[in-house]
Amino acid sequence: METTQESFLKRLIRGNQKTLTIFALLVAIFIITGLVHRTFWSSGNVTNMLRYAGLYGIIAIGVSFVIITGGIDLSIGSLIGLTGVLFPMLLIDKMPGAPVIVVIGIVLAISVLIGLIHGLLITKVRLQPFVVTLCGLLIYRGLARTVANDQTKGFGNEFTGLRETMVKGELFGAIPMPFVWTIVIGIVAAVLLNMTTFGRYLLALGRNEQAAKFSGINTDRMKIFAYMICSLLAGFGGIMFVLDSNGATPSKFGNFYELWAISGAVLGGCSLRGGEGAIAGVICGTALVQLTTTAVFFLGVPDALKWSVMGFIILLGVTVDEVLNRYAAKRRASAL
Amino acid sequence: MEKTPLIEALGIHKRFLAVHALNNVSASFYPGEVVAVMGENGAGRSTLMKCLAGVHIPSEGEIHVDGKAVSIPSVNRASELGVVFIHQELNLSDNLSVGANIFLGREPLTKFRLIDHAEIRRRTAELIGQLGMTFTPDTRVSDLSIGHQQMVEIAKALSQDARLLIMDEPTSSLTQHETEVLFKLVRDLRAKGLCIVFISHRLAEVKEISDRVIVLRDGKNSGELSREEIDHDRMVALMVGRELNLHDKEHGTAGDVLLKLQDVQIAHAPEEKVSFELRAGEIVAMAGLVGAGRTELSQAIFGIARLLGGAIEVAGQPVKIDSPRDAIATGIAYVPEDRKQHGIIVEMPIRDNVVMAGLDRYQNYGFVQQGRHDQVATEAKEKLSVKTPTISQEVGLLSGGNQQKVVLAKWISLGPKVFLLDEPTRGIDVGSKSEIYEVIEEMAKEGAAVLFISSEMEEVLRVADRILVMHEGRLAGELTGADMNEERVMQLATGTN
Repeated sequence: METTQESFLKRLIRGNQKTLTIFALLVAIFIITGLVHRTFWSSGNVTNMLRYAGLYGIIAIGVSFVIITGGIDLSIGSLIGLTGVLFPMLLIDKMPGAPVIVVIGIVLAISVLIGLIHGLLITKVRLQPFVVTLCGLLIYRGLARTVANDQTKGFGNEFTGLRETMVKGELFGAIPMPFVWTIVIGIVAAVLLNMTTFGRYLLALGRNEQAAKFSGINTDRMKIFAYMICSLLAGFGGIMFVLDSNGATPSKFGNFYELWAISGAVLGGCSLRGGEGAIAGVICGTALVQLTTTAVFFLGVPDALKWSVMGFIILLGVTVDEVLNRYAAKRRASAL
Repeated sequence: MEKTPLIEALGIHKRFLAVHALNNVSASFYPGEVVAVMGENGAGRSTLMKCLAGVHIPSEGEIHVDGKAVSIPSVNRASELGVVFIHQELNLSDNLSVGANIFLGREPLTKFRLIDHAEIRRRTAELIGQLGMTFTPDTRVSDLSIGHQQMVEIAKALSQDARLLIMDEPTSSLTQHETEVLFKLVRDLRAKGLCIVFISHRLAEVKEISDRVIVLRDGKNSGELSREEIDHDRMVALMVGRELNLHDKEHGTAGDVLLKLQDVQIAHAPEEKVSFELRAGEIVAMAGLVGAGRTELSQAIFGIARLLGGAIEVAGQPVKIDSPRDAIATGIAYVPEDRKQHGIIVEMPIRDNVVMAGLDRYQNYGFVQQGRHDQVATEAKEKLSVKTPTISQEVGLLSGGNQQKVVLAKWISLGPKVFLLDEPTRGIDVGSKSEIYEVIEEMAKEGAAVLFISSEMEEVLRVADRILVMHEGRLAGELTGADMNEERVMQLATGTN
């Protein structure tokens, strides 16, 4: 059994190189920042970082499905804006008294429908994902502002129980709920991606759509599913974010969130060329982005410079990953 | 001819790794003549001309221009010497105008170092006038017909003061009328003292236009024919030349009809109707020249391209095939010509490639059965003797022959009734080739019907029970028994029946 144990460990490392690289970077920044500023390690700060890693993790997992097909979704932030105002509006103004689960169902159904439309436009009309979802970014923002009459929507003092169970509370008094959600969704997503035929089809078509099609895979349908998953999780993210903040201003709620989701996915090992990606890596990547945001603050980087530092760190992350990969590929090739 | 040749190739050798593409080939080209360079696929025609045009550098031998030895290390050097090669696939930028294409990379500039559009227009108009064409310098190339696009290439060559114009299969995508226009122009250019070299398959055209024919065979000079000597039989004899050593193939008894095409029409040649049958246990080769429509036909059967008309039956049942998925469900497998684009996913392991078409079978409520994958891939690897330490190996790291075995394994593991194999031995080494022939024979022995599309005469004659020959989208004929020889295939394939 000794040898199988060893080879299992080796396989684990080989299969998750990217995830491990990013995890190591995560730990390194966590340690270094803490050494400079001990309060970085305080339980309050760690909980806070986990909460945001969880919230952004949900949408990053969604977008990674699309990225694996070789596509992109730029409309996530606007869709969060739309569902973020719709959810409290429906709950309080439009359908008072309706069961929460029904309202969540309606919001998620709208999100899935949006994903379906993206997918159909991309596969059947053959528009480019960038263009379709860029238009989505504009359209859903406008819709959010129109339906809400440009008014900030929230729950006021109502639904505190719902907010507590879904977002504000902590599991075992330590793990913030959004992070629990991300882990649960992450496990489902990882199973879907790695253990089902759907996942295998996505990875195959992301690498070489023609070869997948020639092997009898209905590539269009698989891509449409990917966009539906992405929008579903973006819509769910909108619900979570508004439960967290208790106030969604339609003109800016969710602005740029797609970029944080994409950064997390790319840092976590998704290639924008398609066909590559692991859910654990995506969660680590998202956590790294959130950790860095906080670390930048703790390390006293002037607020004006914050974005530049973030951009630099993401660039560093993907560069290190690329270089390590190329080195590994060279060693594998020469070992043959 | 006592004149000095414009360009002369002397004892040229060209080796690509293990392949000796040109073996001591010599050829001379004189001003004011039209020369056809002929040979089968792989005879070395294109390689020789590419050596003259600076695309390839000869491994040995000399090239003389105007009687002086020169080296032609680049296409630019070739065009300085007046040698221009017009490829079969035209090298034009679709989105640019005629003028911009002609002067691409050597644009005349104004004194402010900006592109001098007026000068481009003036010189382009002059060239177009010389060619007797009607389009304008500002016409976008994408708006021109293929025939006119070719004229743009010729104009470009003339603008570089070309003296030797090499054209690779220039008429392959031209209409009858366009071909006539081209030939008239070629005669005009000849009258002006240019030498025009045609690389061509089409015997009738060669006979019409050429002053001289140079034939290559297996990378060597096979012979030359002067104007008076050019006729079909002599050309074919020089191209074929050798007696093939056919091993005694056991012809299995053909069983039930597994694939039947009735009046099938495809977009490649919409006016042609193709009908044929494949029987169980049969290997039917489909021969023809490049561009005869064989790939298009097989892809239409496999549901990649749409049928314009006609009907397909599989094992006696009429089938409607709209996608590769449908085709696979009815029991058809397709090994594509372009392995890396369509056959395999190079970054994925052997195992995942082998099970790619069968994922729906090796699953349980949507969950993949990893154990079955390992088992299927391991069996396939052993059956086809794929040389690899492990089925987890990335396919891209295997040799071409082993990659192709993975593609075959993918289909064999599904047990289809009909195999469509499109150039299954393209670009792989000799040893793997014969292994692949054995695999194909095994498929037929186990009761499948095999359509074996190939442009290599030797393998067609080696593996086929029957030969179907395509010519310009049409089924030109079927050869069986003693008729299955190189000359008959060439006659049908070139349409010189």
